Amino acid sequence: MSETNLPPVVALGNVTHRFGDVTALDGLTLVVPARRITVLLGPNGAGKTTAIRVITGALSPAVGEVCTFGLDPRVEGDDIRPRCGVVSAKPALYDRLSGYDNLLYSARLYGVADRGVSERIRAAAGRFGIDTALEHQVGGYSTGMKTRLALARSVLHRPELLLFDEPTSGLDPESAHAVLELIRDMTDDGHTVVMCTHLLAEAEGLADHVVVMEAGATLVSGAPDELTGRYWPGDLVFLDAESPDQLDRVATWNGVVGYDRPPGGAAEVRVDGPGRIPDLVMGLVRDGVRVTRVQQHTPTLEDLYFAVRRESAGGGLAPVERGVVPASREQIGASR
Amino acid sequence: MSATVSISAPSRAKARRRGFNWHRMFTITRTELKQLVQAKDYWIPMVLLGAIFFLVVPTILLLTITKIGNVSVVSQISKTLAILPAEAQAQIQGRSPEGRTAYALAVFLFAPVAVVVPLTISTAVGATTLVGERERGTGEFLAHSPATAREIYTGKLIASLVPGYLTTIVGFGLYSLIVNLIAGPDVGGWFFPTAHWWLLMFWVIPPFLAFTLSLVLRLSARVRSTAAAQQASGLVSLPLIMISYTQATGALFGAAVSGWTVGAIAWVVALASLFRGVRSVSRARLLGVADGI
Repeated sequence: MSETNLPPVVALGNVTHRFGDVTALDGLTLVVPARRITVLLGPNGAGKTTAIRVITGALSPAVGEVCTFGLDPRVEGDDIRPRCGVVSAKPALYDRLSGYDNLLYSARLYGVADRGVSERIRAAAGRFGIDTALEHQVGGYSTGMKTRLALARSVLHRPELLLFDEPTSGLDPESAHAVLELIRDMTDDGHTVVMCTHLLAEAEGLADHVVVMEAGATLVSGAPDELTGRYWPGDLVFLDAESPDQLDRVATWNGVVGYDRPPGGAAEVRVDGPGRIPDLVMGLVRDGVRVTRVQQHTPTLEDLYFAVRRESAGGGLAPVERGVVPASREQIGASR
Repeated sequence: MSATVSISAPSRAKARRRGFNWHRMFTITRTELKQLVQAKDYWIPMVLLGAIFFLVVPTILLLTITKIGNVSVVSQISKTLAILPAEAQAQIQGRSPEGRTAYALAVFLFAPVAVVVPLTISTAVGATTLVGERERGTGEFLAHSPATAREIYTGKLIASLVPGYLTTIVGFGLYSLIVNLIAGPDVGGWFFPTAHWWLLMFWVIPPFLAFTLSLVLRLSARVRSTAAAQQASGLVSLPLIMISYTQATGALFGAAVSGWTVGAIAWVVALASLFRGVRSVSRARLLGVADGI
């Protein structure tokens, strides 16, 4: 069976979960394809962490269908949890214990055989570059070391499904990059990964499948290319000129499927293929337009995210952002 | 926008719960105890408490009685023994007033020690055990782990029980040694522990300890902070210390039958409370998202 034909590892259908008066999940529907990295994107409070908890059966929603490995975690959580490895937003380590003892505790809880457990612990720690600090008390670890140890702990029992809740939270850029590389490596080993984040930059290039969440529901989901293709059919090119209003003529030209230009600004032109771009430039030059900028743009996950959220807020599908500036947490927060 | 997902409904008929995993439970107990051993700021005061009750106070008192040579003090204390029940007075041994007084103090006066020490230590450990997981964030790890609520509860219960009971057993052994060495010559040889003390240590104290811990763990699972857990468990354990003190003293003073009866009733109550207590542990509570916490 090819990987695309494998049944989804997780499927949630119209799941609703409340904490008192607060609705954490509001009809959430999503699928997690096997052996892929699925990224749950959304602002704080979107329900990403709750979704992970529902997947393992740590929380049991009263409404909706939940299916993990073909089982219902609410009923068969005891069979599901040993097959999952979770790294929560807070590393959830025992500060008074050494790194080794933290891993040993996990190994024993997850039923790893005593025989060879030491080798397995050291191998897992070595994979995440934390093996030299195993004998030290975790209370003295840096945030990056704790995250690495938590990652090592999550793979120790060789789970099929890995669930990472903001694994780079609190890490410096270098450590965050290293952690994301390690996560990418895991899918090469056949793992299925679900990762929650509100950092668009880290999801970019990592996600095979994206689920954009807001207020406990899925706004949109699918492969990044498929989604950007859905939102921005055709290729996108930014054009500017000494007199930008002279660019408006291209709106009716052959092969142009979309055109937008804010007053006094550069034009955003969608064409039916990259081969149209030289035609546009040549046509403009022939008409005496002094072109100052031609920039082909591939919509990013960030563009997609903001477009989806704007659309859900009723603002319609806005043009993509100019420039590719990774959104900071503050920017994302401000956009809410 | 929302996607529609076709989910083949998981068969609930196939649903099954795994049995109690003793290995996992002992792993939780062992890890909990390992953390306690690492926390010197936590266990050193507990050891000091045991040392004061089992070693320091008895040594000073018994040495004062047997070596002071002050006849009037000894005779005054000896007279106060008259208020003891007849059954207790009949048990008192000793070749001299000093010996009889020392015997009475060693056997009867320090009975509460055996109650106060384990209850205090175990309550202190148990109060923080579940709420501590939540506060540290490690509750998330346990909630996603294969350990069941019963395994977590029992593992934590044993981990809370062991420090208190272990301190008591070790203290009891050292206390026996001190009592026999200091008062033995005046009583007429090694006399401690008496049959009633064995009964107290292994039949009466454990159920009181288990019952108290079952309540303390319930509190620990429900409250929001460690400080609140300690305050609440103090309120619960204080009356229980009083009750167990009176019952333990009664068991020592009275006939052996009374000790067996008190212990049997305490075991029934403790076991019922322990079984009910399991319900207080849930994954939602470990995550800190359950209603009411």
